[in-house]
Amino acid sequence: MTVPLDSAAQLSQLLTSGEATAVEVAQEALRRIEASEPAINAFNHVAGEAVIRQAEELDKRRSAGQPLGRLAGIPVAVKDVLCTTEMPTTCASRMLRDYMSPYDATVIAKLRAADALLIGKTNMDEFAMGASTENSACGPTYNPWDRTRTPGGSSGGAAAAVAACDVPLSLGSDTGGSIRQPAAFCGITGMKPTYGRVSRYGLVAFASSLDQIGPMSWDAADNALLMSVIAGHDPRDSTSLPAAVDDYSLAVAQADVRGMRIGVIRDQLENPGLDDDARQAVQAAIDVFRDAGAELIDVRFQYSRYWVPTYYIIAPCEASSNLSRYDGAHYGFRSLGTREVVQKFGPLMAMYCHSRDDGFGPEVKRRIMLGTYALSEGYAAKYYTKALSVRRLIRQDYDDAFAKVDILLGPVTPTPAFRLGEKMDDPLQMYLCDLFTVGANLAGLPALAVPAGKTADALPVGIQLQAAPLHEPALYRAAGAFQQATEHHTRRPPQ
Amino acid sequence: MTATRDDHGRFPFETIIGLEVHVQLKTVSKLFCRCSTKFGAAPNTQICPVCLGLPGALPVINQQAIELSIRAGLALNCRIPEFTKWDRKQYFYPDLPKGYQISQYDLPICAEGYLDLPETDTGEAAKRIGLFRAHLEEDAGKSMHDETGGLTQSRIDLNRCGTPLLEIVTKPDLRSAEEARRFLLELKLLLTHLEISDCEMQEGSLRVDANVNLHISAGNQKVVTPIVEIKNMNSFRAVERAIGFESLRQYDEWEETGATIQTVSKRTFGWNDVREQTFVQREKEESADYRYFPDPDLIPVALPAERVDAIRAALGELPSQTRTRFETQYQLKPYDADVIVNQGPTLVRYFEAVAKVAGDAKRTSAWIQQDVMRTLKEQQCELNDFPIAAPTLGQLLRKVTEGSLDNARARDVFQYLLRHGGTLDEATKALGIEAVDQSELDLLCDRLLAENAKVIDDVRGGKQQALGALIGQAKRINPNVNPGQLRQRLLEKINAV
Ligand SMILES: [Zn+2]
Repeated sequence: MTVPLDSAAQLSQLLTSGEATAVEVAQEALRRIEASEPAINAFNHVAGEAVIRQAEELDKRRSAGQPLGRLAGIPVAVKDVLCTTEMPTTCASRMLRDYMSPYDATVIAKLRAADALLIGKTNMDEFAMGASTENSACGPTYNPWDRTRTPGGSSGGAAAAVAACDVPLSLGSDTGGSIRQPAAFCGITGMKPTYGRVSRYGLVAFASSLDQIGPMSWDAADNALLMSVIAGHDPRDSTSLPAAVDDYSLAVAQADVRGMRIGVIRDQLENPGLDDDARQAVQAAIDVFRDAGAELIDVRFQYSRYWVPTYYIIAPCEASSNLSRYDGAHYGFRSLGTREVVQKFGPLMAMYCHSRDDGFGPEVKRRIMLGTYALSEGYAAKYYTKALSVRRLIRQDYDDAFAKVDILLGPVTPTPAFRLGEKMDDPLQMYLCDLFTVGANLAGLPALAVPAGKTADALPVGIQLQAAPLHEPALYRAAGAFQQATEHHTRRPPQ
Repeated sequence: MTATRDDHGRFPFETIIGLEVHVQLKTVSKLFCRCSTKFGAAPNTQICPVCLGLPGALPVINQQAIELSIRAGLALNCRIPEFTKWDRKQYFYPDLPKGYQISQYDLPICAEGYLDLPETDTGEAAKRIGLFRAHLEEDAGKSMHDETGGLTQSRIDLNRCGTPLLEIVTKPDLRSAEEARRFLLELKLLLTHLEISDCEMQEGSLRVDANVNLHISAGNQKVVTPIVEIKNMNSFRAVERAIGFESLRQYDEWEETGATIQTVSKRTFGWNDVREQTFVQREKEESADYRYFPDPDLIPVALPAERVDAIRAALGELPSQTRTRFETQYQLKPYDADVIVNQGPTLVRYFEAVAKVAGDAKRTSAWIQQDVMRTLKEQQCELNDFPIAAPTLGQLLRKVTEGSLDNARARDVFQYLLRHGGTLDEATKALGIEAVDQSELDLLCDRLLAENAKVIDDVRGGKQQALGALIGQAKRINPNVNPGQLRQRLLEKINAV
């Protein structure tokens, strides 16, 4: 490959040295996408000409010696849940099929300010609800490693776009594992930052108290680069954290785990649902970290069996509320309903019911109903309020662990990428994909998925590193060390 | 004791009233975005992604709304908690673009408080009205239904969407329609005085819902009628009339149907201002399930004691305190203090400025009530546009107090100032008013006594009123003479002879 679309660092070097122009990079990325899309379907929208024009502009500015942003000329794909002007924002839903946002999400504004090439919007499970990118009104995305399999979800398109070497960087969102699980399935690095570290302004809400935007890339260095562009306080997001942004790239470069206390989450390794390949990847990583000078300590969570049930109360409750705005009245999909329904319930109710019934897919409707039920009078105390209490206990578990260790090590997913269609008729099986990832969302802390091995079928397997809130540098330091010692992040799918 | 029917054939009954008052806070921008809250803009021109509830937009609390709410809470004797939080109240309606309203459920910014009503000139005693709470919430937009041309069209204006409202909920402490009106007047006075709200019912910056039912003493049993919530009242007068109508309607309903709170659930009635009747809007109040839950987009607001204390310290004098001060400092009668204070802070300031120069608060009070307020009413103008500045009126009244100007002459000056403005000197000069000196007065007295020998005899004979004729003559000769001084001098001269 003359233009290395699998490395932001290398692209940056070529662009700075003049060996490549932004136009060449943009053209190559668009060619690459055109070639891979029919088989992968990672994109809901590709920017095309607009990106070339932006690249021309960048090249002009570069030759004029003007200062350029940190991502100048680097193609970046963003999940179709981030609001963008100039490109539709569909959330892979019929409900927002033609929706154009009048404003840019804060992270999009930051990408533009960093002179990134916004190459397109990536496919996802509708409104980020799912673990396979099969719940998409735009059709499923296929895993570049094995096209009969899912890339994971809900940020499946963002993961597949990187794995297919369409773009070196992408942005996903993670509510219960939606960055880390597809990263693991696609053999790439994916970061779910601390809750509040990246502004949610312009991220179409699924579950507001759990959602975070995060970077996806092949290796930790590229990941840290994108992370340092998007992180920071945003006065438009009340839940955004005011803390200063750390030097993530420096942390990766340090690549030093000497003396670092790494907790191995024993109960996750002993979970009968955990696949052998995934367990072996964690075991191998334990050795890598020990050899690199870390101290490994066993850790057990008291409440891990409540993670998924707690998550599947809180997330749908918030979702049922967040998705109330899609009612056919103001924007998005509208259906007026059949004559009988109009006669029976009146035109307004008919519009509401039909717009929502026809505009949302089955998984979204399932979660809206779950959440509506769990928040209803007489049930809220039993479900929602109780889930909030358990959430506090889960946080306490993490606090106790981080009193003893610096970071945690465990699996990302119980299994490697499963076959398309395999779990579509069994939502509970699909929900169990989040078994090891929802804890970080419930506790609001950073978690990083790092490629760590292969199954016998040559499918990627990942490990998950977690740290206390705002301790992203510890994760990047450990990932840097791990990737210095291993080559999993350098493996590419067969072309 | 057995209650018996009155002249109208009714058993004695008591009307139990609780009010829910929504006041729009006078913030520059909306509760969760920077859009303007100005009234009367073209539809859908004061909107942004946040108040439109567009995908991805997030609310950010307006600190001015917190400030004004605390100010209101303190003035209403509410407890201000250490924390307040935000909850989503969920329901579908086209003027509610998010499908939920950001409100406060179980931790309102103002907890329990009360408002004291002063005694009235008609003899109603002072009364304390309890408040359950006051909470902050965002307003919805406005739906307009256009049914012209046979087509039903609904249009939605979202300018109002996100405007901050303080919902003040009273305890069921009010006992009559008149008392409800008194409460609203006192509340409006307090909130306008503190510049918390304009409280204009016509513009919707104050909205009232009234919960009404009756406790009837029927023979030896006590009957409680079903609760009715009255909506759509657009003036204080309407509130008073609606409650008055509703209490009699409930009595008659009970007589006809025997409906009690046990047999009929809460209903919602509207008020028809033209027919002066309440009418059923929703027959059976479905116990709406709003599925309240804490808004995860917002963080709880800490209200540290220092912040609350600073707001308390800046409150200044409240209307009830001004009334008391006027009674002690100026020896005004409670009624007079009440009239002036009830006009609001501008008139209070005007009164004090005039009284200071005039040196006579009671005279000032009388002039302000009789002359200033009447003029304002007749000319339908605001005190800010009143042509006579407080020091000018003060100087005028000082002359009356000193005796250098009589009331009638002073009123001439007042009228002149009203029409032409200017200073007191200019007015007196224009009207030819000059001080009459002692020698002039003596000459005048001598002339009058010489020409009216009979009057001297009458006065000596004890008929002092005979002097009136002389004073009338004197005013015709020289309009500037002060009747009091003239009378005094005449008596001296008569007695000296
Ligand atoms: Zn706005």
